[in-house]
Amino acid sequence: MWKTARIGGLAALATILALAPLGFPNAYFYDVAVKALFNAVVCVGLNLLIGYAGQISLGHAGFFALGAYGSAILTSTYKVAPLPAMLISAAAVGLLAYLVGRPILKLKGHYLAMATLGIGIIIHIVLKTEARITGGPDGMSVDPFSLMGFTMMGDRMWYWAAAGLLVLTVWLSLNLIDSPVGRALRAVHGSEVGAEVVGVDTSSYKVMVFVVSAVFASLVGSLFAHKDGFITPDIGSFFRSVEFVVMVVLGGMASTFGSVIGAVILTLLPQVLTFVEDYEAMVLGGIMMGMMIFLPKGLLPAVVSQFRKRGAAR
Amino acid sequence: MFAELLQYLFAGLTSGAIYALAGLGFAIIYNASHVINFAQGEFIMIGGMATSMMVAAGLPLPLAIALAVVVTMMVGVALEKFAIEPARNSDVVTIIIITIGASIFLRGLAQVVWDKEFHSLPAFSGETPINVAGATLMPQSIWVVGISVLVIVALWWFFNRTLFGKAMLATSFNRLAAQLMGIGVKKVLMVSFALSALLGAVGGIVVTPITFTNYEAGIMLGLKGFSAAVLGGLGNGLGAIVGGLVVGIAEALASGYLSSAYKDAVAFVIILFVLFFLPNGLFGKKGTDRV
Repeated sequence: MWKTARIGGLAALATILALAPLGFPNAYFYDVAVKALFNAVVCVGLNLLIGYAGQISLGHAGFFALGAYGSAILTSTYKVAPLPAMLISAAAVGLLAYLVGRPILKLKGHYLAMATLGIGIIIHIVLKTEARITGGPDGMSVDPFSLMGFTMMGDRMWYWAAAGLLVLTVWLSLNLIDSPVGRALRAVHGSEVGAEVVGVDTSSYKVMVFVVSAVFASLVGSLFAHKDGFITPDIGSFFRSVEFVVMVVLGGMASTFGSVIGAVILTLLPQVLTFVEDYEAMVLGGIMMGMMIFLPKGLLPAVVSQFRKRGAAR
Repeated sequence: MFAELLQYLFAGLTSGAIYALAGLGFAIIYNASHVINFAQGEFIMIGGMATSMMVAAGLPLPLAIALAVVVTMMVGVALEKFAIEPARNSDVVTIIIITIGASIFLRGLAQVVWDKEFHSLPAFSGETPINVAGATLMPQSIWVVGISVLVIVALWWFFNRTLFGKAMLATSFNRLAAQLMGIGVKKVLMVSFALSALLGAVGGIVVTPITFTNYEAGIMLGLKGFSAAVLGGLGNGLGAIVGGLVVGIAEALASGYLSSAYKDAVAFVIILFVLFFLPNGLFGKKGTDRV
């Protein structure tokens, strides 16, 4: 049953992604949609860490920014082709996540939140300060993505690439969750000591999923840099890290499709809220608080349980 | 050489005192409820902004300060009542997001009620620098450190000498046992937010003549207060004060001798380094896990 639900979900996601452009009247919609899809890929990765392994990270925008700047610097300053640049950046970010992940993932709760927050902020400050390499707070421009003479241009093309990437990521994530690794992660979430007692090497699983989620963020960061053509250090700010976490939790922790929904909603929200102008921050903060107070389990699980209740009543 | 060092120490003590007050704010709320209040920095901002706005409107400074403190405490109580209380039994991550949401909300509110400009306050007792062994000391720095010490002593007295303070301490040790002894745990929670708001507001007010303030000023101050609290070991009041001073002085020394551009990173480098070796901070108790 779980298997059919999984295939059904993937098929539904692919269908929605394929049909969504019919409702896009202009390039602006494609642009926003690509942003939403990129965020969704990061969140599906981050959900493995937060939702399944139960470890918080308030620094993932730092990994995203490192991927973006890695690609930008390698392609423009060192003339590396975009694809290898993206892979080198992701490997470097993965190594960094491994090195810092080993000591900090021993930390619990708020201490872990503090440590990941610190890493994100340090990355942000370095990107802002090392102006000779990164262009400083003014940012730097990035060449378009090209592969074997073919250049990615226009929001339409990026939409299909991002949609394909999201389907692939969701498929990978669902498979990972349903594998022995996924079961071990859920055991870690349930009770770390309990998991250890039954023989799960909790710390190496936690580090692994931390590295995987950081690499996801880095890869998407690289793509984002090529797509947008211009990046500033603020893509790695504390606020961006918080946004990623909110997307995951808003959609529903430990729900891959929930993360996708959370990412889409939170990306669209500021676009919809432009009419409130000066009140935007207030409304955004209010929505964050309200959602967490009234739907602490997240949107998708709340909707699903509503449906179940109705089904049972009938 | 020595004068230079002394100069950096003065600067470090001044900002360290503010981080210590913010760190204490985190510790008090954490003890009462195991919540990390990411809106602590906004208390600092509201204290400073409200005072400078009221002074600009023509109120005398002491009255403006008193009113600003009351306003900030009311914001703290409202935060507890409307955002934390309804989510009492939620996950750590959920409550972290609620308080971050609250901080964004309060920044937005400040931006609408006041503006996006930088604001200042007149120094409390003139701006004639005092010469101490070749280093210059601004009178306002003495105010900052002096008032911080006063507030900390008053807090110590409250927690150790008054019945309600003791009840709050009891609640932080064992919530259920405290409740069974007839302590109103809900009231403890509310008072803890009011006290933290008071600490934030006082810090924000005394430091505004030196650093200025605007609607975003609370972000970094709050995060550094959080690192001060974690550095000392969460929930340890003395630890938070030591943590705040360590962060403040290290920051001043690093920006003086190494690079001022990385000033804001110092707190986080220290905290990472300490947590690598002491996962419960400098003075934190080692927790045990239950299955």
